[in-house]
Parts: sequence; structure tokens; C-alpha cells
Amino acid sequence: MAGETTTVEHAADAAAHGAEASGAGMPQLDFSTFPNQIFWLLVTLVVIYFVLSRIAIPRIGAVLAERAGTITNDIAAAEELKQKAEAAEAAYDKALVDARTEASRIVAEAKAEIQAELDIELQKADAAISAKTAESEKAIGEIRAGAVKSVTAVAKDAAKEIVSALGGKADAKAVTAAVTARMKG
Amino acid sequence: MATETHEESTGLVFHPLDQFIVKPLFGEGPIHWYTITNVTLWMAIAVVAVLALFVFGSRGRAIVPTRTQSFGEMIYGFIYKMVEDVTGKDGLKYFPYILTIFIFILFANFLGLIPMSFTTTSHIAVTAVLGFGVFIIVTLIGFIKNGASFLSLFWMSDAPALLRPIIAIIEVISYFVRPVSHSIRLAGNIMAGHAVIKVFAGFAAIALISPVSVLAITAIYGLEVLVAGIQAYVFTILTCVYLKDALHPHH
Repeated sequence: MAGETTTVEHAADAAAHGAEASGAGMPQLDFSTFPNQIFWLLVTLVVIYFVLSRIAIPRIGAVLAERAGTITNDIAAAEELKQKAEAAEAAYDKALVDARTEASRIVAEAKAEIQAELDIELQKADAAISAKTAESEKAIGEIRAGAVKSVTAVAKDAAKEIVSALGGKADAKAVTAAVTARMKG
Repeated sequence: MATETHEESTGLVFHPLDQFIVKPLFGEGPIHWYTITNVTLWMAIAVVAVLALFVFGSRGRAIVPTRTQSFGEMIYGFIYKMVEDVTGKDGLKYFPYILTIFIFILFANFLGLIPMSFTTTSHIAVTAVLGFGVFIIVTLIGFIKNGASFLSLFWMSDAPALLRPIIAIIEVISYFVRPVSHSIRLAGNIMAGHAVIKVFAGFAAIALISPVSVLAITAIYGLEVLVAGIQAYVFTILTCVYLKDALHPHH
């Protein structure tokens, strides 16, 4: 009897469980929970909406706008700096070219100056050399003339001495004439 | 009953839908509209997550963002661009509403992937409120913005004259089916995935099958991560499309 009751109770339990299971088979279709879910959903949506529209969206929008502005400004500044750098490079190149032309000009000038000085010095040196040469030639001529005269005198003397040593009486005029003829010869 | 005895005989216990039961958090008893339930808890967690991401995460207002702020900005930019692309410039004033919907669904879906959690978007009650809410608001916007000419949405002026009334009937029917498909798509996707995971988890009781079961759960979980994001995206972009129809009903 007791066992029977248990069985019956068990069956009832099982039936109840089955009914519950069929209800739980689809908890989504348990309409008694709908007001609860809908109420809390609406609360949640309203809270999220206010959080987003009052705090998050203005803040993020401002940050994004600020960032876009900063990026645009930075790009503009970079562009400007790039142009400046290009201008500086051009100026540098120009200065370099100027310096090169200036340098070559100075070199040419210096060369011309040196050449001119050199020419003058060369002329001077040439003049000095020719003057010295002329002087020397003159001196040599004098020395030669001196030497010829001395040789003539020595030859006359020697001839007179030789004639007298041979016992003759030297005729001065004849000796001189003979020596002179010999010298010319 | 038959299945139950079968379960008892094999030692397998399948309760794939128990995870969706709405329960009071404190004590037992009937669920009134104000009762604090697991629905309340997980929606509150979603709100906290939203606060953490969008308020706490962006508190620095940094030009060079932190990771959290960057993620918030990414979501903002993603939805902003979607609204702008789909509905046009004049749809941008509804951007906060659409962002709210997207954020709620996204967070509810992903929080639902935490083991032992409760997925609020798996309930048709929740998605129906979202879907019908969008439907009603969009329809009101359509009539307020365009007056009676909003009805030209259903009148294909470039169709052959004979077909126009038939097309109009089909268009009207499809218009009213929108909120139903809109809400059931979301709830169905989320519910099905979660239930499938639970079914595979039930098979894990058999030692021989359990490795396969674990692998299957992992695979389905990966799929569910995908579905969680995609369904939030789909719901939002459809909202944008409906809004576009309301703002520009003339084809």
C-alpha cells in the first residue's frame, strides 16, 4: 500500500516534472516571465542610452574631432617644414654654386697676377742677363786687346833681345814692322 | 516521459534549455515584473560593462588613446560609419539609438558566452521588444517625415502597371514580417547555439565520447563567438536599412 502510494506520488511527481519540463522545454515561451524581462530590458536600454548619449558619444566625438584636427594641423606643419627645408636646401645649393664661382674667379685672378709678375721678373732677369753678358764681352774684349798689346810688346822686346844677343844692332823700326807683320799673319 | 526514462536508463541527462530559465535571484516565488531575476543581473552586468568601456575607458580623453579607449572609439566609428553609409547624413541624428541597440546586443551576446551565465538576448521577449521597438519607431519616423507619401515605399512606380498592386501587397506583408524575422533571427541564433553546446556537454558523461564532445563544444563555442558578433551586426545594419526606408521611401 505504501509502495503503491509512493508509485502514485512518483507518477504525480513525474507528471508534474513533465509539465514543468514542457514549460521548461521552451523557457522563452513562459509568458509569466515576459513582464519581468521587458521591464528590465527597458530599464537597461534607457540606462545605456543615457550613458551613451550624455557621456560616451559627446566625449568620443570630441576626442575624434580633436584628433582629426591635430592630425590635420600636424600634416600642415609638416608640409610647411618640408617647404622650408626645400627652400633651405635651394639656398644652400645656390650658396655652394656662388662659392664655387667665386673661388674659381679668385684662382683665375691670382693666376693672372702671378703670371704678370712673373713676366715682369722674367723681363728684368733677361735684361740683367743681357747687360751682364754685354759687360762681360766688353771685359773679355779689353782683356784680349790688353793681351795682344802685351804680346806685341813682349815679342818686340824678345826680338830686340834676340837680335842683340846674336850680336847685331837691332833696328827698332824694322823689328817692330816684322813683329807686326808676323802678328797679323 | 519516454525520453526521460530513456535518459535514466543510459545515465545521460539532457537539459539543454534549463540555462534559459528565468529565476528570481533572491528566494523563490512568482516572478513579478519588478522581481530581481537573473535577467536583471545579467542586464546590470551589461550596463556595468558599457560603463567600463565607454565611460571609464575613455576618461583620459587622450589624443593618443589607451587600448580600452581605442576599442570604444572603434565601436563608435564602426556604427557611425554604418549609419552614415546606409541611411545617409540625415540618419545620423538617430545614431545614439542605433548605437544603444548595437551595444546592448553585443554585450548581452558576449556576456552570454561566459560559462554559467544567462543570455538575455536568447529570449524572444527581449528581442521582440527590440525588434518591434525598431519597427514602431521606424514606422512613426516614416509617417512623420514623409506623411502619406511614406506609403510610396510599397508602390513600385518602375514596375509594370499590372504588377504594381500585387507587388504592393507583397511589400506590405514583408514590411509587417520584418519585426518578427528581426527578433526571431537574433533569439533563434543565440538560443540554438547555446542549446547545442549544452547537448554536446550532456554527451560528455560518456567517457568514450567525451573527447569528441569536448572538441565539439570548443568548435561550437568558436562558432558562437562569431555568431554573437555577427548577430549584433546584422540586427544593427537591418535597423539602419529600415531607417533608410523610413527616411527615403521613394525608390
